[in-house]
Amino acid sequence: MTTNTAQRTRFSDRLSSFGYARPRLRLAGLLSLPMLWLGLAYLAALAALFVSAFWTTDSFTGETVRDWNVDNFVSLFSDGVYRSITFRTLGVAVGVTLIDALIAFPMAYYMARYASVRAQRILVIAILTPLWASYLVKAYAWRTMLAPNGLIGWLLHPFGLDSPGYGVTATLITLSYLWLPYMILPVYAGLGQLPQSLIEASTDLGARGWRTFRSVIFPMVFPSVIAGSIFTFSLSLGDYIAVQIVGGTSQMLGNVVYSNVGAANNLPFAATVATIPVVIILLYLFAVRRTGALDNL
Amino acid sequence: MTRSRTSRNLLLLALIAGLVVIYFPLLVVVLNSFNADTTFGWPPVRFTLDWWGHAAGNSGAIDALVTSVEVGLIATVISLLLGTMAAFALQRYTFFGRDTVSLLLILPIALPGIVTGIALNNAFRTMLGVQLGFFTVVVAHSTFCIVTAFNNILARLRRSGTNLQQASMDLGANGFTTFRLITFPVLRSALLAGGLLAFALSFDEIIVTQFTIGAGMKTLPVWIMDNLARPNQAPVVNVVATVLILVSTIPVYLAQRLSGDTATGHR
Repeated sequence: MTTNTAQRTRFSDRLSSFGYARPRLRLAGLLSLPMLWLGLAYLAALAALFVSAFWTTDSFTGETVRDWNVDNFVSLFSDGVYRSITFRTLGVAVGVTLIDALIAFPMAYYMARYASVRAQRILVIAILTPLWASYLVKAYAWRTMLAPNGLIGWLLHPFGLDSPGYGVTATLITLSYLWLPYMILPVYAGLGQLPQSLIEASTDLGARGWRTFRSVIFPMVFPSVIAGSIFTFSLSLGDYIAVQIVGGTSQMLGNVVYSNVGAANNLPFAATVATIPVVIILLYLFAVRRTGALDNL
Repeated sequence: MTRSRTSRNLLLLALIAGLVVIYFPLLVVVLNSFNADTTFGWPPVRFTLDWWGHAAGNSGAIDALVTSVEVGLIATVISLLLGTMAAFALQRYTFFGRDTVSLLLILPIALPGIVTGIALNNAFRTMLGVQLGFFTVVVAHSTFCIVTAFNNILARLRRSGTNLQQASMDLGANGFTTFRLITFPVLRSALLAGGLLAFALSFDEIIVTQFTIGAGMKTLPVWIMDNLARPNQAPVVNVVATVLILVSTIPVYLAQRLSGDTATGHR
């Protein structure tokens, strides 16, 4: 028994120092599984999808025909409907991001700089909890609130206004609501890491509140805002379920992709439409990489 | 001084207003779980406890809940394993293609869910010839959960450094003993926090799930999606949602306690 244990220890010692002497081997070992999973399973699936964008669907049999052409892209770019849907989707994604940034910043600012440590903890829980309430239920809550006999109409009625009804405005409101916590949390974390000494230095140098905000606080927290915007922007860009629930007839790119996969059974064209949000997001990620925002996710 | 007092009060007002906006729709859901009117007109006129009774005996909801928990737990374990390995690789080593690897990790969550969904659906069915079912949902969920585990572990590794590990090695412990006695305990709370986030992400996912789940199988969001549109079932969904909102405060509180020291206490 003792010898057995001794042998085992010696083996694990040998294995340990074998690995210790070979950092590249350890690195390869650490990377192997994650890269197999993401590289083989995920990237290969993505690549296959986008390859199929260059194929077509036989309108008669519904089978995918594998001859290479750019017909899908031609019809995507020549059709004015898709162009306006693209601009609408982009507008909604940018709008949601701006609305969330404007709402989140003052909230996060008070949380990070004025609230006591105890209050901060409670506030973070208060911001996180709604993320656990079902996305669908929240979207439907907005549907009932925006209905003609719903709460929003009831609140606005005394001011002589009506509920905006279902459409782009409702989509903007609902998506901004759904993704707001994803903006608050990174901005709060960024503001919390801001050294108090910098603000004092700015005040000592004679800067008033607004100037300190503009020249010191905002530039330093900007990467956190970008980190939050990656969520709000990309989640809005691909959404189709909330749009189905409150968007009325104004479709977004996600809806076009969805209807082509489902009802139309045209995966190649769905893949073609899907390239638009993917390219936009990749360009966005590439553009913000320099700000260091990706390290703040 | 008065100026900063004013701006402070304005900020507090913004925070309170924001929280009201965040919680109001949730309150509406809770209220509607007692609303006798199935169209949920405002203001509610009559209240009832019927929906709570219906929900308690609803086997569809309970089955879906069990499926969601199973998928969530397995996906969490897989994503923690892969996320931790990736975090160690990226934090402790510099190598060619490091940026690409970190981009690859965030890709499943940065790209629209529908793209991930149809890509995996296509890969499972036409490339691999796999029947959609429990296994395919778990694989899909693990793929986008990796990044949350990765982020939590990476943040912890960045802050903890390697001094303790070196001390342990100097005292004669081999790599495995050091991992067991030093590295793992340092990481434990980050693993729990990352695991809770990964579970939450999986638990509420609907888009990728729709494309990767087998026919007839339902996770809770899929069940909610099926039932919300039905007038007779919508109130029961509100009950389920109310229960979820209440129960969810527990894991959120735990996650906050475990990773709380990152975000608080330095002003």
